[in-house]
Amino acid sequence: MASRAGQISAALLGLAVAALTLGSAAMTAGHATDWSLGPADGAALRFTLLQAALSAAVSGVLAIPLARALARRRFPGRSLLIRLLAAPFLLPVVVAVLGLLAVFGRAGPVNAALAAAGLPPLSIYGLHGVVIAHVFLNLPLVTRMLLQGWQAIPAERFRLAEALGMPPPSQFRHLEWPMLRSLLPGAFATVFLLCLTSFAVALTLGGGPKASTLELAIYQALRFDFDLGRAALLAAVQFGLCAAVTLATLRLTPGGVFGPGVDRAGGVSSPPGWRHGADALAIGLAVAFLLGPLLAVMLRGLPGLAGLPLTVWPALGRSVALSIASALLASTAALTLALAVTRGQSWLEIAAMLPLSASGLVMGTGLFLAVHPTISPESLALPVTLMVNATMALPYLFRLLLPEARALRADYGRLSESLGLTGVARLRLVTLPRLARPLGFGTGLAAALSMGDLGVIALFAGERTETLPLLVQRLMGAYRMEAAAAAALVLVAASFALFWAFDRWGAARAAT
Amino acid sequence: MKTIPLAAGFACLATLAAADTPVLDVYTYDSFAAEWGPGPAIEKGFEATCGCDLRFVTAGDGAALLARVQLEGAASAADVVVGIDTNLTAAARATGLFAPHGQPAVTGLPMAYDDADFLPFDWGWFAFVHNKTLANPPKSFEELAASDLKIVIEDPRSSTPGLGLVMWVKAAYGDRAAEIWAGLKDNIVTVTPGWSEAYGLFLEGEADMVLSYTTSPAYHLIAESDDSKAAAAFGEGHYMQVEVAGKLAASDQPALADAFLAYLVSDAAQNVIPTTNWMYPANPLTAGLPKGFETLIQPEKSLLMAQDEAGALRDAAVAEWQAALAK
Repeated sequence: MASRAGQISAALLGLAVAALTLGSAAMTAGHATDWSLGPADGAALRFTLLQAALSAAVSGVLAIPLARALARRRFPGRSLLIRLLAAPFLLPVVVAVLGLLAVFGRAGPVNAALAAAGLPPLSIYGLHGVVIAHVFLNLPLVTRMLLQGWQAIPAERFRLAEALGMPPPSQFRHLEWPMLRSLLPGAFATVFLLCLTSFAVALTLGGGPKASTLELAIYQALRFDFDLGRAALLAAVQFGLCAAVTLATLRLTPGGVFGPGVDRAGGVSSPPGWRHGADALAIGLAVAFLLGPLLAVMLRGLPGLAGLPLTVWPALGRSVALSIASALLASTAALTLALAVTRGQSWLEIAAMLPLSASGLVMGTGLFLAVHPTISPESLALPVTLMVNATMALPYLFRLLLPEARALRADYGRLSESLGLTGVARLRLVTLPRLARPLGFGTGLAAALSMGDLGVIALFAGERTETLPLLVQRLMGAYRMEAAAAAALVLVAASFALFWAFDRWGAARAAT
Repeated sequence: MKTIPLAAGFACLATLAAADTPVLDVYTYDSFAAEWGPGPAIEKGFEATCGCDLRFVTAGDGAALLARVQLEGAASAADVVVGIDTNLTAAARATGLFAPHGQPAVTGLPMAYDDADFLPFDWGWFAFVHNKTLANPPKSFEELAASDLKIVIEDPRSSTPGLGLVMWVKAAYGDRAAEIWAGLKDNIVTVTPGWSEAYGLFLEGEADMVLSYTTSPAYHLIAESDDSKAAAAFGEGHYMQVEVAGKLAASDQPALADAFLAYLVSDAAQNVIPTTNWMYPANPLTAGLPKGFETLIQPEKSLLMAQDEAGALRDAAVAEWQAALAK
């Protein structure tokens, strides 16, 4: 009975997500009068695919040595570092771009060092700049996904490997590679889909109209040309790509590989010698690359803190409340969907990934058209933002939960069933403790993502519904760059605090 | 028991009072209604005489504003729209949603501007802004193209200043526009989605010049007491951005809408414009421009395409820009 109800509620949830994403695009399409793509849309599609594939590949390749180094080394401040390394992912895009420019830009320390060494300056503008920025934003996410993979390999397997005298390369081949094989396709797909809808990064760092993305074409169609048909067609192309990539991921991902362990501490060994140096180098480089721009964001924000307009505080309160609510909503939905997928409702995997390729603009426009004549959009600004933010965060949470939910099912499913453990008791005694770590991390991510989001609120916002990212944008639009930088710092600090709180909750509750 | 009828009575009174105060919905772009924009002072000034409640509803920038009105169509709650850019008025007129404003023509523009549907309330010249430390700022697009100066511009597909720049080159050079863009290609550091990103990059030192307005140095001078910025005067003339307001044909408060438009171009409201929107007023101010504005460059030649021409040329000019820079 309980599992039947679970199946139905998961299916309903999947349908609701599909309705929000596909339905809003259909709503936009429904108001279209003309159906055609522009002449430059083909070029935009090619550039979009190229930058997304490169960004995802580079993020994945760099995350392997970093996650491995973090998994097998213990040093003071390690857990603090792991949390801090997630920070770039939590930055609002404009802030991240300005932070990167402070380091890699014309007047930044990298070029100052190059000039001092008599070398030609490095320009961050172009395809490589777009990829650098996307790697900066997404490497932390992939690293955390892989790190969880390492932590999920039962310690007994490593002990057995050592007892058998396996050197690190063999351990990698027999234990770590199978884990990576099962995680990398999903991680690649997540970053790829995320970069598919890139707008401000690709445009600001792309260096010119060669770097046009589909999302820019959608923006142009909706804002300048009021061409709803073209916007809906472009959104359909994005959804098609998303479905194709998710299906390919499904085919490439092998099932559970390790079987249960007895939750002993230990895990992957820390080989001495040159590998120690290599790990230190990987961690050192990552710290410089990921935390340098973050430091720049802090330094830029500090001088303006005293002169912040008072509207920052109510906007902050609104943003925090909104992000906590949408994070909780997203994590409940992601857990329901992930558990349902492990029980065989595999179509839900596509539904859960759909929001990644959804254009916030198209979703906002569709919802606007759906409510407009009946209800005033301003009165719905916060509920709609809540719902859309939860939907947009769902895929990340889902991606983080699914591998562990699969392992949970493979390792403890039969035992739980033979004990007759179902419903709330199973959730409390088995599911939540085993999944607490990814759940806490994912909920933290969702909260932070929702804090930084701007997509939908801009279309619905009225006088009394201003959120912090919107305020940052408004300050920047009025020459107030110093105040904007300070407000952005407040935003980043609040995002990070929320992320930290949820992530710690998960780590503290985790059964392993 | 007595409290219930009493409360009901108060509720009735409250409803009556609310019904007595008509609401005027003014749609505008974000920075107009922001606490540091002209919105709050204009709202206060107008509400003091109109016996009404003025409500600002905001949407991103000028383009987003028009898109919002189009999304809502005839069912829009808007009575007045403030902040459409002249490059978009042809599109706005084509929606058929706007009615004649009925106000006398404004007289503060460098050229005659009379449009029955759209009433200018402020204007400015586009210009490349630089630090005064820049030696020999270029005096034309050709000089800029020949120099190795780095500039940041905005994308014409997502921002009104970006579109203004494309129209500027087109208006100044006509058939030679593609050639000018090809020459500028190696000067362009990057193309940003909007004005604020471009201006932010310039202030961070990423470029020598940024496409902004001749009035931008006035912000730094007046609001920050910083006289380090200047705008470069170009010999071929400067393209103008004229911001207009329009009245919705479907407005349920046509008389109030008329009164608001009259107030918007009156001396009281126009006085607010220069130091909040950092643009020139559409009507000459009796007290003159604020101190600091006299330091700004005064272009000898103003460029502005007729609206129908701008509407017809827009797509081709943007395609030309894109083709020249994507090569």
